[in-house]
This record gives sequence, structure tokens and C-alpha cells, in this order.
Amino acid sequence: MVAWFPDWPLVAARLAEDLPADGPAAVIAQGKVAACSAEARNEGVVRGLRIREAQTRCTTLAVCPADPLRDAREFEPVLASLEERSPGVDVLRPGLCAIRIRGAARYYGSEESAAGAVLDAADSLGVEARVGVADSVFAAVQAARSTTESVAFMVLPPHTSRDFLAPFPVEALEQPGLASLLKRLGIHTLGDFARLPLSDVRSRFGEAGVLAHAMARGEDPTAVVPRVPPRKLDRQVDFDPGLDRIDQIAFQLRAPAGEFIAALQEAGLVCTELKVALTDDSGTRSERLWGHPRHFMASDVVDRVRWQLQPRSADPSGIQGAGGITSAIVRVELIPGRTDSITGHGQDLFGEGAEEKIHHGLSRLQSMLGQDAVLVPAVAGGRVLHERRLLTPWGDPVPREAALQAARPWPGSIPDPQPATVFASPVPVLLLDAAGETVRIDPRGVLLSPPAWFCPDADGGSRAPRRQVTEWTGPWPLRQRWWDEDRRRHAERFQIVDGDGDAWLLLLSGERWWAEARYD
Amino acid sequence: MQGRRAREHSLPVVPALKRVLPAGLRPGGVYSLQGSMSLAMALLAGPSLNGAWCGVMGLPDFGVEAAAGFGVALDRLVLVPDPGERWLQVLAAMTDVLPVVLACAPARTAPADAARLGARLRERGSVLLVAGNWPQSEAVLRVSGQDWEGLGQGHGHLSRQELRVEVALRGASRTAVVDLSGGVPEKASAYRIGA
Repeated sequence: MVAWFPDWPLVAARLAEDLPADGPAAVIAQGKVAACSAEARNEGVVRGLRIREAQTRCTTLAVCPADPLRDAREFEPVLASLEERSPGVDVLRPGLCAIRIRGAARYYGSEESAAGAVLDAADSLGVEARVGVADSVFAAVQAARSTTESVAFMVLPPHTSRDFLAPFPVEALEQPGLASLLKRLGIHTLGDFARLPLSDVRSRFGEAGVLAHAMARGEDPTAVVPRVPPRKLDRQVDFDPGLDRIDQIAFQLRAPAGEFIAALQEAGLVCTELKVALTDDSGTRSERLWGHPRHFMASDVVDRVRWQLQPRSADPSGIQGAGGITSAIVRVELIPGRTDSITGHGQDLFGEGAEEKIHHGLSRLQSMLGQDAVLVPAVAGGRVLHERRLLTPWGDPVPREAALQAARPWPGSIPDPQPATVFASPVPVLLLDAAGETVRIDPRGVLLSPPAWFCPDADGGSRAPRRQVTEWTGPWPLRQRWWDEDRRRHAERFQIVDGDGDAWLLLLSGERWWAEARYD
Repeated sequence: MQGRRAREHSLPVVPALKRVLPAGLRPGGVYSLQGSMSLAMALLAGPSLNGAWCGVMGLPDFGVEAAAGFGVALDRLVLVPDPGERWLQVLAAMTDVLPVVLACAPARTAPADAARLGARLRERGSVLLVAGNWPQSEAVLRVSGQDWEGLGQGHGHLSRQELRVEVALRGASRTAVVDLSGGVPEKASAYRIGA
């Protein structure tokens, strides 16, 4: 038995609300119409038409690109409903599935009532279905395709499939190369093809031809392999009443997180990427995808939920994140984002040595201090020194583009050696000329007077201890992103060595002096 | 116990620092560094080039690029810029898993705490480098002066650093001049500092 859902890509797009629920609509694959609605068909739109041509024929046509993932995703509830009526469904492709009729027919009393049950299942979900019952999968597909809207199923009595298939054109085999060859040989229908002796077909067309020949004879060798219904691995925890304290939520989650990981392990999987979705009592939902360098254990899951609940400090790396509890949390969902086979993650016979130990130690630190406290450094691109320092929380993947950015030339960056101390936020300093005035630059970038005195502490005012400037160089212009309000920078850089032997990298921005870094 | 310690290999230092610490860094030792972050980075570079993981705690201004220039492998470096109130616990947790940890000195260290941490370090065989004073240190490396080359009056750029390091090692004190620009091994020549 084959259940066919006509124009499934279109139905799926409508279910996913990518297309309006009624009116002419089409799904486009590679610039051509892959599926279209009945309204569009009435206007003359057919499969395989170019998108421009289709829109000319039907000006109100709504289109959206084809998406195999969406088709499969939307097919999942239909499959679940079918499996409730009759187990052992083999998905040929989204929108087309095969079921062994024998068990279903015995259960429902007859093949007709089994087909009726399948149609009922589709009807309960509000999708259109056609059913064909035949000796082979291929014949059943053809039978389902031959049904009409008024009679939605066709049951071929046993051993009549060959006669049923005989008048079909050879194109029905969906092998364009073979079909064109057969036609040139004067074989136009499946009946003609089926009458050829098997040995001749094998010698002329090879194995593929033999398979097609079997299909044409109604003896399709492809067996119906029922799919194993996927286990539900998501875990949802509801709180009633909602909880608004992080430690309460973490405590409540401990057991469910353990079960979540245990269920994954039972399925032979480990979770390497976890999606945590939090819903609060005002209905706001926040989601975040968490990575893990190895795989999630129960305590890691609880940690991730806790970090997601904690307000995040200003994040220089710009990771998207929702932070802070604003109202009571009523639901936590744990969804495995990416899973991997457990065999790739087993422990070595002698343990995994140092790396394992380091990971455990640092994860413990993270649960003690918060996720942002333990960081892995990388060199990123940029002209300003503290922008070149990219810190990623332990466990998160380092953004891949960082290394690429760092390798770019960055005109205006300072020559090696790099300063050992880079102030996270620039320190205000004073740089004075021989007369005790602040060193300034004219609008053309020319130094007005050479620096003579340096105060590492600008707050001390004029009485702060001064150091003599023994050697200096500059100005080195630093200009970037004049079009960008936030990251615009117009400054001059100086390197100086003061009387105490300390070397500094100074920045003149506007009228003020800042120490960007110290060489020490 | 003592016999096992003595046989344990000390952690290597980069060639430029051979004159400062000829025997390398002794596992379980605390080294107090005063006056130079570059010296601390050069000390981290030795074990890091040999595949050890390093940790840096309480130094939010740590120049990552300079560290890479000295030969510290950034993919085996972990930073904890802000340990918060629990300085000692965090440091102990880090030294438990990382063989070399560089930490800022706390404002005040009780001798009992220092002794406890020292015992833990000896048990784990980790090396602690403290930027600042530490009451019970194996050696004190103090930078008494530094010379820069490459800069003139309005021209040039900093290119070469020379440190005068006073080493107080087990009671004996001496001074060594360290040229850090030659301190980067060939392996890290992509980051070579100095002209």
C-alpha cells in the first residue's frame, strides 16, 4: 500500500507558513516550478515551467524556494499519525510512503478499510492523501497517482498489477535515459517492455534495465523496510508555580538533566550541542545554542541553564545571548542540537590523561565563577590593541574568522615586539612639552612641539611626579571606520621611553592622552 | 617523597633565560617576578613550547599577542582575568590541573595560606609564577632596569629589549642581563620579536 500526498512541497510550505494558505502558489526549485496549487494549475501553471513564465500566466502567483528539510520536517507529524493507524511505514520520500498491506488488511478486515484508515489519518491533519494498493511498490505508486479527488484510493486485486501497468508509458519508470532509448526502439508502453524476454533485457540494458523490467512486470523487488520511529530525546520540565531563583531552577533540573543524558546514552548517542529554551510566565521564550568541547554530562547541562539565566556582562565577542531572569520561569526545554555516536566519545582504556583532567578542573572553575570567567585567548584582527585580543569562554568554539582576520595586513598596526601589558581600558596620562604644555598635533597631523615630560597618572594634575621623556617616536596616525559611529577612531600613536626606562604606547585622541599599552 | 621530587624533571626555560635559571623551573616551586611582564611571558614560553598548558590568573591586562610572540601557545593558554573574592581557591583549582600558572600577587597573603598552597603545589608538581611579592618563594626574579633599542628622537620604533634581572636563588644573589629579543626559539620565528 502506498500513501501519496499530492504536491507535498507545496503543502509543506503552506504548513510552515512560507506560503499563503489559499490562492495560487508554487514552490520553485532551480528556477522552475516544482509544485503548484490547484488554483495556479487552473491558470495554466504546470510543473517544470520557468518562474518568469509561470508568473506571466498567473500574475498573483505566490512563490517560495524549495526546501527538502522543510518537506521532511512537516512530513514528520503526518508520519506519526500514520504510524498510529498502521505501524511499519517506509518513507520513500517526503510526501510518499509505503506500508505493508498484509498486517493492516488483517487488522482492519479488508484492504479497502485499511486504505480508508490511512485516508482518515491524513484527513484528521487536514492534508489531502491518495492511496494505492498493489502487488509491488511501483505499481501501488502508479495506482495512487491514478486516483481522483472523488475516489481517493484504488485497490488492485492480487496478480493484476501487470495488466494495470501495461498501458502506462515508459516514462512512468522515471528513468529518462532508458525511456528515450526504449522509445527509439519502438517500445512505448510498460506492457511492451514487460513482454521482452528477461535475458534479452539483461544483455541489452544491464542490471538497471532488469530492475526496470521487474517494475514494469509488477514484481518490484524493492522491499518495504519500515522505519524505526525516532525516539523522543527532547526533555521538557515545567514548573508550577514558576521559579524565579537560579539556584531553585538548577536544583529542580538536576534529576531531569540526568534523565535527559541517560536517555541519549541509551540511544547510543552523546550530545555535543545543546539548545536550551526557557519560557517565562509572560510567555517570552529565550533560546540559546550551547557548544561543548567534548560532550554534555548532566552537570554541564545544569551549568548551561544557569549561565543562560545569569545576566551576561557586556560581551565583547558579541555572542548572541539572552540574560537575566525578568520574571518567573515556567518551562525549561532541553533539546539536543547535535548528537554524535557514543562510540566516538568513549573513554580510553587508560583514561584520557592530562586533557581530561584540565577540562574537568576548568569546568569546575567555570561553575564556581561563571562561564565568562575562564577564557581562552586568540589573536583577532584590528588596529587597536585590545580589539586584537579575542577572549572566548572555555568550551565555546573560537570563531573561525578570527584567525583569518588576524592574518590581514591591518595598516596602522604597530610593529613587533608587541607590548606585554595591554590595558583593557586605556589609562589617562599626560604628555607635556618642555614648556609644560600638553603636546598637541595640528589638523594636518604635524607635531607642534616635541614631548619632554611624561606623567603616568593624569589625575595628579600639574603636581604629579613627572618623568623625563628620553626617547620618543610618532605621530603614527590611526584612522579607521569614519563611517561607523561606534567604532570610528581618529587618533595618533606615540612610542616613548621614559626616564625610568619604561616604554609606553600612547594614544592622542582629541586633546587627551591615553596609555594604550606598556612595554614591560 | 623527597627522593621522588629530586628525580622529577624540571620544566625547561627558553635559551635566553638559561643564564637566569640554569636548572629550569622546579616543579612545586613558587617564583616571584617583580617589575616585568615580558619576563613572566618568557618564563611561560619554555614549558608552553614543550606542550604544557599554562594558566594566567588575575591579570586582565595580559598582552595575548606579546605572549604569542614569546612562544606561548595560545591554544594551551587559559585566562582567568577576574578571580573575584576567592583568590586562593581559584588559584588552587588552577594549579591542580595546569602545570604552570602565572598569577598576580594578592594584596595580602597570610603565611599559613602560602604554606598550604606551597604544599599543594609540591604535591601536584605545578609551578606558580607570582607577579609581585610572595612570602615563601623558591626564587625572586627582580628586574632592576631595562634598556630599549630602536627608538630615537622622533624616529624609529622599539625593537630590542634588554632586562637586567637580579636573581635571588636559595640565598645566593646575582645579576644577569637578558636579551629577550633573542629569546624566541626558531620554532616560533613567525612571531619573532626584534628587528
